[in-house]
Amino acid sequence: MTKAHPAIEVSGLHKSFGRTHALDGLDLDVRTGEVHGFLGPNGSGKSTTIRVLLGLLRADSGTARVLGRDPWADAVEAHRRIAYVPGDVTLWRNLSGGEVIDLYGRLRGGLDPRRRAELIERFELDPTKKGRTYSKGNRQKVALVAAFASDVDLLILDEPTSGLDPLMEEVFQRCVAEERDRGRTVLLSSHILSEVEQLCDRVSIIRKGRTVESGSLAELRHLTRTSVTAELSGPPSGLAELPGVHGLTVHDHRVRLQVDTDRLDGVLRALTASGVRSLTSTPPTLEELFLRHYSDPEQETTGPELKATGPERETTGPERKATDPARETSGPARETSGPATTGAAQETTGARPADSTPAPEAQAADSTEAAR
Amino acid sequence: MTGTAAGTGPAAGPGPDTGTGRETDAGPDTGTGPDTGAGPGGAPGASGRTAAAPRTGGRRHLAGTPALLRFALRRDRVLIPVWVAVNALMVLSMPGTLKSLYGTPAERASLLDQMAANTSLRALVGPVFGDSLGALTAWRVGVYAGALAAVTSLLVVVRHTRDEEESGRQELVSSAAVGRRAPLTAALLAAAVASAALALLVTAGLAGRGAAGAAAFGLGLAGVGLVFATAAAIAAQLTQSARAARGLTAAVLGAAFVLRAAGDAADDRSSVLTWLSPLGWLEYLRPFAAERWWVLLLFAGATAVQAAVAYRLAGRRDLGMGFLPTRPGPAEGRLGTAGALAWRLQRGALYGWSAAFLAAGIVFGRMTEGAAQAVGDNERTREIFQRMGGQSGLTDAFLAAMTGLLGLVAALYVVSSVLRLSGEESSGRAEPVLAGAVGRLRWAAGHLAVAFGGSALIMLLAGVGFAIGYGRQAGPVLGACLVQVTAVWVIGGIAVLLHGLLPRGAVAAWGVAGAALLIGWIGPALNAPRPVLDLSPFGHLPKLPGADVDWTTLGVLLGLAAVLVGAGLAALRRRDMAG
Repeated sequence: MTKAHPAIEVSGLHKSFGRTHALDGLDLDVRTGEVHGFLGPNGSGKSTTIRVLLGLLRADSGTARVLGRDPWADAVEAHRRIAYVPGDVTLWRNLSGGEVIDLYGRLRGGLDPRRRAELIERFELDPTKKGRTYSKGNRQKVALVAAFASDVDLLILDEPTSGLDPLMEEVFQRCVAEERDRGRTVLLSSHILSEVEQLCDRVSIIRKGRTVESGSLAELRHLTRTSVTAELSGPPSGLAELPGVHGLTVHDHRVRLQVDTDRLDGVLRALTASGVRSLTSTPPTLEELFLRHYSDPEQETTGPELKATGPERETTGPERKATDPARETSGPARETSGPATTGAAQETTGARPADSTPAPEAQAADSTEAAR
Repeated sequence: MTGTAAGTGPAAGPGPDTGTGRETDAGPDTGTGPDTGAGPGGAPGASGRTAAAPRTGGRRHLAGTPALLRFALRRDRVLIPVWVAVNALMVLSMPGTLKSLYGTPAERASLLDQMAANTSLRALVGPVFGDSLGALTAWRVGVYAGALAAVTSLLVVVRHTRDEEESGRQELVSSAAVGRRAPLTAALLAAAVASAALALLVTAGLAGRGAAGAAAFGLGLAGVGLVFATAAAIAAQLTQSARAARGLTAAVLGAAFVLRAAGDAADDRSSVLTWLSPLGWLEYLRPFAAERWWVLLLFAGATAVQAAVAYRLAGRRDLGMGFLPTRPGPAEGRLGTAGALAWRLQRGALYGWSAAFLAAGIVFGRMTEGAAQAVGDNERTREIFQRMGGQSGLTDAFLAAMTGLLGLVAALYVVSSVLRLSGEESSGRAEPVLAGAVGRLRWAAGHLAVAFGGSALIMLLAGVGFAIGYGRQAGPVLGACLVQVTAVWVIGGIAVLLHGLLPRGAVAAWGVAGAALLIGWIGPALNAPRPVLDLSPFGHLPKLPGADVDWTTLGVLLGLAAVLVGAGLAALRRRDMAG
């Protein structure tokens, strides 16, 4: 692979199917060696983009380069260095999983037999079963083993963990981390935000076929609001008038609010003026970023509530893991189940001794660290 | 679309007994082993229970059938009307055509004499039992209308049984208040609706030629439809894939055709071989020629027995499973190229077709000798016989007719094989292959090599079969078979072009093959105008053996096939992959 090129370079991509504009000027930059999160709700154009990158669809306009090549004209050469995992793997009913893994591997740049054996073990896959007898998760594992064992430079994973149980999800995450350590590039399309937060160096968020945000998680967080909970020694004053403050609730001396991250300073000043007994400040989660970009204007009114409950999840690592299965398995229900799970998290947070709460900046750094 | 429809189907019509308590009550009863209920009305043997228990048990197994039937008919709102209408039109257009061809009694008498001498036509169409226009209609289109009714039934039944299970849609439907036997019952009823509609149309349309004959013919066609509906129901229990279920039932239909062809060629009154074939029963029902009503009992009996077998098999197996256990496969594979994959996916079907064509060649080959001798005794028949070229002319005509028949059937193979491309694409299985270092042309080439090479192979094997069965003229017969390949390839080329241009419209290739079949089988009898007959590439082939080989025509056909394939591949390279 030529290190000079970014792994994927897309700009101004347009693609329509009849009257539907699936891609409407999409941009995407994936640097060599990074794990890049590709986020968007259902139908936003993630799979269409990936299928353009694989030369399965021809873009109407715009440019796309994959590993320095034109994905349409130069598909075969590019594909030698690419492994692809679709979100819904269909297998041939009369071929065993092992046969399919080897076939996929050979159709690319080849397969490392040792790594193949190791991955089959780690994913607990029975390679002798025939296509039809695999469950959804196991079909997914077949494609994942083939991709991770292939000798390639770029992995394109399109919602690869759908149907995987939490244990396998963790195996998957370790595998992606290993791939990055080996210098491979990964494009990870997903709407499982915890997965993206844990794995990705940089993220592109798309909506209706257009890129709306792109950058590292830290950069993106900077654009959004930080949640602050504080217990004060006196009644708070002047908070409501401060610019950038949202969703302020005051209960006796307890204050909860969100603030645009670049206005944090002013809020802290106002709080310390009243005397701070305890303070928790958390950066926005990816989920909040996501909701902010995708909630429609009329939903915006209900937005703050969700946002307010979000941050605690971020601070309490173990709880988040525990709630993962629920989030995982019940796709659409995930958002609605959010408040309930955070309820439990809140309690744990509340029980913390006040003096152990780190300074806002330190904590923000902490959770960013944890997210990686 | 079907997904949401599948969801609303059962919900729309909750059966009378939706109580979960009774559902669990069924547990021991069905779990203990073979469910002895014979049919939808049959009372399953819940031994040792009160008399009422088995009755509710039977109904419970059928819960939701009306809703499923409505749902099936809704999904088939295009398929069934089209197949029934084409079939009925073919039948009902026949009296008028025959009237113009054989207007006078003398002409009809001469036709009957000819049929006594012309064994090849008898093998293709069947024996004539009367000289009325009704009898001639039943003779001329009976076998083909029956075959079409059989295909309609098998498509409908497999579509609503094994197809649904294979796709996983059945699981959702069966999780609702739907009885264990309801899906199979609904599928059979949907096929019965199609058969009944055909019977009604044919009976009403031909009533002017004699009410009894029209009713007998209509009922006979419906009978063939029901026999193959239940045969498909059995096949759908045995196999795990809808493709295999359709193939198995189609093989039974092919065997029924070959049996009656062999029987009719040897004997124009009553042959054991013909009696073995449901299509033969339709002939021996003798519509419009002193109907033998009792033959209808054969249809009824076969339908009842097959339905009982299907229900019994269905009661013994798990949802989505077949009867052959899936054996584990190798943990490591040797497949490494798209071509090897295509061969691996298609070889099973090709083996089946090869065996069938070899067997058909042998059967027809063995018939050839007898066909030339089974000439009636009367003087006029002998005259006709001489005019047709005597012994050698007759065997040549017979061989030409039979190789032509197999060529038309081989067109079905080439279409099914080429359409694997479309199946791989729409199922999403092509995507990971094409995401490997495999160009589209190479991916397509693997499947097309099997399709085009395979169609040449099966025709070659048919020729070998003829040579084995007949024992003479091996060279000319092989040549006659291979000549068919050029026309088969043109049909295959059209399929490639359709797939290249319109991935979703590729199934239209079946329509092309069907049209070629209809033109080849029915066209000449309809006295269709030359331009229509010329539409089919098979119409241009020299009638070998016996005629001169027209190399120019063959060259043109080969060139046309090459152009079609080339254009199809060029289009495939340019378009978006569906998925």
